[in-house]
Amino acid sequence: MTVQENNIHNSATPVSNREPVIEIEHLYKSFGDNQVLKDFDMKLYRGENLAILGKSGSGKSVLIKCIIGLLKPEQGSIKVFGESIPDLKRDALDKMRVRIGFLFQSNALYDSMSVRENLEFPLRVRLEKYTKSSVNELVMEALTNVGLAHTVDMMPAELSGGMRKRIGLARTLILKPEIILYDEPTTGLDPITGKDISNLIVEVQKKYRTSSMLISHDMSNIRITSNRIILLWEGKRYADGTYDELNKSGDPKVKQFFE
Amino acid sequence: MANSTLNGFKSFLIEMGEISRFTGRFFAEVFKPRYEIREFFKQCFLIGYKSLPLTGVTAFIMGLVLTMQSRPTLAEFGAESWLPAMVAVSLVREIGPVITALICAGKIGSSIGAELGSMKVTEQIDAMEVSGTNPFKFLVVTRVLATTFTIPILVIISDGIAMYGSYLGINMKGVTSPHIFLAHVFNKLSYGDLLPAFIKTFFFGFAIGIVGCYKGYNSNKGTEGVGESANSSVVVASLLVFILDLMAVQVADLLGLT
Repeated sequence: MTVQENNIHNSATPVSNREPVIEIEHLYKSFGDNQVLKDFDMKLYRGENLAILGKSGSGKSVLIKCIIGLLKPEQGSIKVFGESIPDLKRDALDKMRVRIGFLFQSNALYDSMSVRENLEFPLRVRLEKYTKSSVNELVMEALTNVGLAHTVDMMPAELSGGMRKRIGLARTLILKPEIILYDEPTTGLDPITGKDISNLIVEVQKKYRTSSMLISHDMSNIRITSNRIILLWEGKRYADGTYDELNKSGDPKVKQFFE
Repeated sequence: MANSTLNGFKSFLIEMGEISRFTGRFFAEVFKPRYEIREFFKQCFLIGYKSLPLTGVTAFIMGLVLTMQSRPTLAEFGAESWLPAMVAVSLVREIGPVITALICAGKIGSSIGAELGSMKVTEQIDAMEVSGTNPFKFLVVTRVLATTFTIPILVIISDGIAMYGSYLGINMKGVTSPHIFLAHVFNKLSYGDLLPAFIKTFFFGFAIGIVGCYKGYNSNKGTEGVGESANSSVVVASLLVFILDLMAVQVADLLGLT
């Protein structure tokens, strides 16, 4: 019996909150002969912090890129707030993306723009909604939430790795998304900064009441941030449970991540 | 050997097909709102104004050198008085547009290729996409329009500067007033010289922009890919400038404009 079968009805999220915001069924994605995702299923529930754990190259980043519509799956369904992402037209997808924040592994800050311009950028397509002063307020609020209000006029090249990650998170938060997808948020950071980022993710979830999905193989980050963990193995959902449940698992594939 | 030639030809055709598809996407997006006016003017400033010193200096030297080198030949036939007209026709019809376009292919093509390539490999283009902005409109459409409209202006300014260089070249050995110089130039230049030369510069600008954007937008293989994008942007754009020039001459000839 696999761990997946054991823990498929885990109790990480309270029953009252079990409204799925992301539902994925029978997802297949390949690149040439390399089948990355094979019949993958999962649900993310409202208010939940879900971690996707897996080896490098196991398809974790491909999965969240499919969810945000950057990649198209070959088969299967991805529903976010009940709408099928692969079937959405450009305008509808753009509207949906406002409700989903995405923090890139590389932060993806626009090098040619200042921190202020980076944060203003997601607002520009909805500028008619905002006055100049309200844009400034939103920028300062997002920066204050990540503790970097003083960097507003700096350029990304002047910031450290941890600061860039925080600015990336501030840019993600500025549209107040309902779901945040984190792609390896602590990769390339020292353990102390990594822990700071993990705590910030938890704070953000409490403050903005977001649901989040976190791709990582940093177990300390996962332990701090996640209510539930899915182990992605050879393109499938291999195990599903809380940190403690998986930590106690006797399955050798699961165990190797916790050792 | 035959196989590698065949494969090379096949890759060339695939590349041409991809560029055509990219160009098709440009025309599909260019008329659709939202219009990125602010970014377009920013790119016009970066592409046009910032290239002016380089194209200006080159044009000045071009006009001066062409005059100095043509003088002895014309002097042999006692046709020195034809110098302003001959230089003007050469500059306006051919040398000005082609040399300016080649400089822009080097400076602007490589910079667009490297900029977009670096944005691609650092996921900045994906970041734009997920923030609800159409990166193709914001990055590609604005840059291609900026090169299409600023390169003709750069060519006109460069032609003017090259004429000034030519005027100084003529006055290095002898005295000619500006009035006489300009009278000779404008007596000889006709719409048939100006119009085809001006129209083809829009195509040069478009080709430089679309190739730079295509190479950058489709960059891969990390930082190595960025260098490749910049390099191949210059090579392909320069080649296209010559091909378009050849086609423009043929079309102008067919229309009786030469």
